[in-house]
Amino acid sequence: MAGTNMDLLRFATAGSVDDGKSTLIGRLLLDSKSIFEDQLEAVEATSEAKGYDYTDLALLTDGLRSEREQGITIDVAYRYFATPNRKFIIADTPGHVQYTRNMVTGASTADLGLVLVDARQGLTEQSRRHAVILSLLRVPHLVLAVNKMDLVDYSQEVYDRIYAEFTQFATKLNVPDLEVIPISALKGDNVVTRSEHMSWYSGPTLMHHLEHVHVASDRDLIDARFPVQYVIRPKSDEFHDYRGYAGQVAGGVLKPGDEVVVLPSGMTSKISRIDLFDKEISEAFPPMSVTIHLEDDVDVSRGDTIARIKNAPTPTQDIDAMICWMTTTPLQPRQKLAIKHTTRTGRALVKDIQYRLDVNTLHRDQETRELGVNEIGRVTLRTTVPLLADPYSKNRTTGSFILIDEATGVTVGAGMING
Amino acid sequence: MQSMSQTHSDYRLSQLDQLEAESIHIFREVAAEFEKPVLMFSGGKDSIVMMRLAEKAFYPARIPFPVLQVDTGYDFPEVLQTRDNWVDRLGVKLIVASVEQAIADGIVVDDGKTSRNRLQIGTLLNAIEENGFTAAFGGGRRDEEKARAKERVYSHRDEFGQWDPKNQRPELWNLYNGRLHEGEHMRIFPISNWTELDIWDYIGREGIEIPSIYFSHQRRVFQRDGMLLTESEHNPLRDGEVAEERTVRFRTVGDLTLTGCVESTASTIQEIIEEVAVARVTERGATRGDDRFSEAAMEDRKKEGYF
Repeated sequence: MAGTNMDLLRFATAGSVDDGKSTLIGRLLLDSKSIFEDQLEAVEATSEAKGYDYTDLALLTDGLRSEREQGITIDVAYRYFATPNRKFIIADTPGHVQYTRNMVTGASTADLGLVLVDARQGLTEQSRRHAVILSLLRVPHLVLAVNKMDLVDYSQEVYDRIYAEFTQFATKLNVPDLEVIPISALKGDNVVTRSEHMSWYSGPTLMHHLEHVHVASDRDLIDARFPVQYVIRPKSDEFHDYRGYAGQVAGGVLKPGDEVVVLPSGMTSKISRIDLFDKEISEAFPPMSVTIHLEDDVDVSRGDTIARIKNAPTPTQDIDAMICWMTTTPLQPRQKLAIKHTTRTGRALVKDIQYRLDVNTLHRDQETRELGVNEIGRVTLRTTVPLLADPYSKNRTTGSFILIDEATGVTVGAGMING
Repeated sequence: MQSMSQTHSDYRLSQLDQLEAESIHIFREVAAEFEKPVLMFSGGKDSIVMMRLAEKAFYPARIPFPVLQVDTGYDFPEVLQTRDNWVDRLGVKLIVASVEQAIADGIVVDDGKTSRNRLQIGTLLNAIEENGFTAAFGGGRRDEEKARAKERVYSHRDEFGQWDPKNQRPELWNLYNGRLHEGEHMRIFPISNWTELDIWDYIGREGIEIPSIYFSHQRRVFQRDGMLLTESEHNPLRDGEVAEERTVRFRTVGDLTLTGCVESTASTIQEIIEEVAVARVTERGATRGDDRFSEAAMEDRKKEGYF
């Protein structure tokens, strides 16, 4: 069975209909045979009813009635397709500045970010902003797709200019891996099949790159982190003394025999066994969901983190983080919020807003006293419970948190810990 | 035999193992953070995969929440049999919310025109409210339908059970926000990121029981609205409709008056996978009368409180 051996790539796309994003996604889905006849017939019928000259592939991805009515993508939509060796999850996000929070959401789980530019326009404020957000969210692989090459006569000069401009801009960002691919989503050049019009380009097609980009090494396999989610105690005759700590490995490789520390208590013990359902396994690594047993009867509960004795996060109540604010009421100093970090929940007080980052220019506005909706800034927090955190640059799971408005229950902020 | 890949020296997990790990994480988060969860179990393949994942998430303890089935009165007997086998094997509590009972109690109104599928909404919401459930696991997948493609894993419902697609909470990393006010509840979709093919791959890999009607069998069927429907006392033939025996299987299971089958000789999981891999029509478009009424049929039902 194919799926049992395939690996997975999650990627985020950003852009508006004008950039040809929907056409590109439509083409990836069509060419990998992931669109069904009834879906295609439905959008063909709608396009015809609206009097369009061509089938608007954006209708495939714009799922909500309000989006179809307004002809814009508002929310993150998840799309799925597969090639023989890899399954792809696309987080398709809107490109406009008023939807930055949606793009942050889509990028949070992405291994790769795909930014589209229109070859005729070159880099715009929007494409720069997309690259900045992907870099802030530490999406390890970035693809700049220079689209609509057919409209610039497949000119190498245009590509080279955009390439140079972008790589220069990217030096200010954290982009470990960059690929710049000239394509025409409409005509299909370099999307799945190699273009016959751009012999000067020797790099991969977009699909080839998506299929082969190496993502397994992006995880931290050194620093063992195991946030405890749930304590399993069957209370049955057969498993009378069973006491297992269930969770998803957030970093490193854990093995039976490892000497570990339970945080924040600081109690030490040894891993006696690791279970995966009804089997004992010899090692656990991210993102496996397993159950860990300790040799000693130490007090462990949800919200604790198991780490190695000589390599453990320092519990801290003072958090310095980049925060993307997601609600219309601005974030202000002295505000109190609920915070969720790994499996740990507490309260947080906003101590200071150090600066607001202009995501178009990277300018730091230190005069700001608040963060508005869709704005990103550097903030210091004091929490009621110690967090067992790592810098986000080291571990995207133990370095991230969400902020929740205690009155409405709504998620209002996303945080990435500095360090 | 499970083909676990955790012994690979490159520490690589197959996509199916990654999906499993993500779903198990979601089950454990909900069990830890919600007072009264329930798993909505239809007996269909997606809810069976959910049951398997819940079994794995809490093993060797029992699944720490009950299972709720909304009985339309028009369910396939083979599906009810599979449901009972699963419930017995796992020792979980089964709660059946009956649409017939809800009609008798005046909770929903059977006007003779509304489908049983639609009447399930009121029946389900009533069962959730009556039992005080705060989280209800559903087997919805984002690849199924456009409105579902935008739904969160934790999908908030107001005190009327309604979904507000324009006002969903952002959902980042693997950090889920389960905050609720009195009377509200959360729908939880732990298999959001699975595709139809993933479901079949997993059922094949795990070797778990599914209703026999998913496999090829002989059945008396008739054509209606381009679908092959099963002959049944609940579904009287209309003028011009003729029932005949065909070799068929079901791609989805639901209310038997609305769920069509497809002609197929696929009698093993492997043959089903091969069939699904080359299918050119979505499972819902092909066989679900309830999704056909308009382009936004699913969005509308979901807003009202559908699964």
